Amino acid sequence: MSGQTVSTLRPDLAEIASWIEPGARVLDLGCGDGSLIDFLQRSKDCSGYGVEIADERVIACARRGVDVIQRNIEAGLDMFAGSRFDVVVLSMAIQATQHTERVLREMSQVGVECIVSFPNFGHWSHAVALLRGRMPVSQEMPYRWYDTPNLHLSTLRDFEALLDALGLVVTRSRFMAHGRAVSFMPGLRCTQAIYRFRSR
Amino acid sequence: MSASVGVVIPKRLRFESPLALSSGASIDTYELVYETYGELNAARSNAVLVCHALNASHHVAGIAQGDPNDVGWWDNMVGPGKPLDTTRFFVVGVNNLGSCFGSTGPMSVNPATGKAYGPDFPVVTVEDWVHAQARLADALGIERFAAVMGGSLGGMQALAWSMLYPTRLAHCIAIATAPKLSAQNIAFNEVARRAIVTDPDFHEGRFYEHGTVPARGLQVARMIGHITYLSDDVMAEKFGRTLRRHAHDTALRSDYQFTFDVEFEIESYLRYQGEKFSRYFDANTYLLITRALDYFDPARDHGGNLAAALAPAQCDFLLASFSTDWRFAPDRTREIVAALLANRLRVSYAEIDAPHGHDAFLLDDRRYHALLKAYFDRIAAGIDAKVPA
Repeated sequence: MSGQTVSTLRPDLAEIASWIEPGARVLDLGCGDGSLIDFLQRSKDCSGYGVEIADERVIACARRGVDVIQRNIEAGLDMFAGSRFDVVVLSMAIQATQHTERVLREMSQVGVECIVSFPNFGHWSHAVALLRGRMPVSQEMPYRWYDTPNLHLSTLRDFEALLDALGLVVTRSRFMAHGRAVSFMPGLRCTQAIYRFRSR
Repeated sequence: MSASVGVVIPKRLRFESPLALSSGASIDTYELVYETYGELNAARSNAVLVCHALNASHHVAGIAQGDPNDVGWWDNMVGPGKPLDTTRFFVVGVNNLGSCFGSTGPMSVNPATGKAYGPDFPVVTVEDWVHAQARLADALGIERFAAVMGGSLGGMQALAWSMLYPTRLAHCIAIATAPKLSAQNIAFNEVARRAIVTDPDFHEGRFYEHGTVPARGLQVARMIGHITYLSDDVMAEKFGRTLRRHAHDTALRSDYQFTFDVEFEIESYLRYQGEKFSRYFDANTYLLITRALDYFDPARDHGGNLAAALAPAQCDFLLASFSTDWRFAPDRTREIVAALLANRLRVSYAEIDAPHGHDAFLLDDRRYHALLKAYFDRIAAGIDAKVPA
């Protein structure tokens, strides 16, 4: 089993990890190979589960000693309804959900706080690509228009407006470009956004 | 590389203190037949109990002495280099009470009468089996299992362990199982039992005295069971509507015979499975074990609240189900997962997309075995961490 350190963690996951209190009970939706939970278990004495649909990633989680529940998050989080989590994380996956509103609402019901990261469709380079007559392809969205799993791409303002409409309040946010923080004109300059929110 | 544990000789232990049963009856003395593979470590911390399902036995892995074709029922899972690696773990397989493979059951002599128990063998439950298994563990000097594992009815036993002896296992591995049978499941069991008890050769369970075997009833019971263990897809793929080729046929047949003899391959297959089964399985045992399945319902004493039933559990859990298993469908395992989550227990759950129906738990799907191997690595790491340097 390979130990996950903060330096090997994907930048948005490292940022998310820094927001999570030691000892917290965490649910990581679309957990991939389980690296976030692995890091939190080892470094912050957290407990928790990953939720993942893909067989190979489920096995990767098991190899790390991370508890994983194989489930399509679109099928609903009712399995988790009987147990409240301190934090529910959805990293770089909201744009691929079909029932985006429902996923956000259910997250806020299962978790005291929720953290979501997503690629910023409002990045200036995307406008340039569109001006050139092409769909944007970037590091965060490396797909072409015909093979992308992404269904619901948004800008920062779009996302904030949806949270507001769902009665969810932002308690923290962070905007990043290529692993570094962006504070000036994040709507145009960040490639990834991270929001923490909770029920109003 | 994975290998077989080789030739295995079953062992037998006699228990002289009465075992109180769920029904209120008790068994004064009884014997349990078991096999072990691998070595128990000095700390006695590497033992894994494997619980069997309806028609299996203590012969989990390896080959029986004198019969190289008698391979253990979970030989692809248990052995050197296999997911449950016998070079790291000490594995125990035990034949349950009431079974017909050597442990005390309906075919054994009832000391009160000097004749075979037959229908007088007390009805046993999953919980009764677990209590008997715990006594075997005592006798083997195993205070705490690294894991208790099983599929189907065996998974129910593993779950029962976590509730009845929460401090005596570190991990519970329950595969293709359910927290209780559905009405449909009980219905299938009842059809099987009626087939047996209405066979004129059954003689109300005293067929040993009559020198008969209710073979026709057992065959039908096995046929219906077998249908429910396979998925519609796998049956279609394996047999389809292919007609049975007879001895005098030189090519595949395409014409109907317009009789009620075996016409389709699936009929031939089911009859073969039924006949094979009726030659080695005891009819009274079939009744007992299907009844144990029906009765398992740990939430019953908690107003149907499974989370409350699982509240005493302390161990970590691995659950797995198979997408095409309609006898013990993934939904049923998800109920268990939800109840474990509500108790804030450590649990992993995999839903394996395999075509083989309920039988998939006995097959060696790559993802399934990779998952089990990874999980046993975790169990082994937990054992190693506790060994003083």
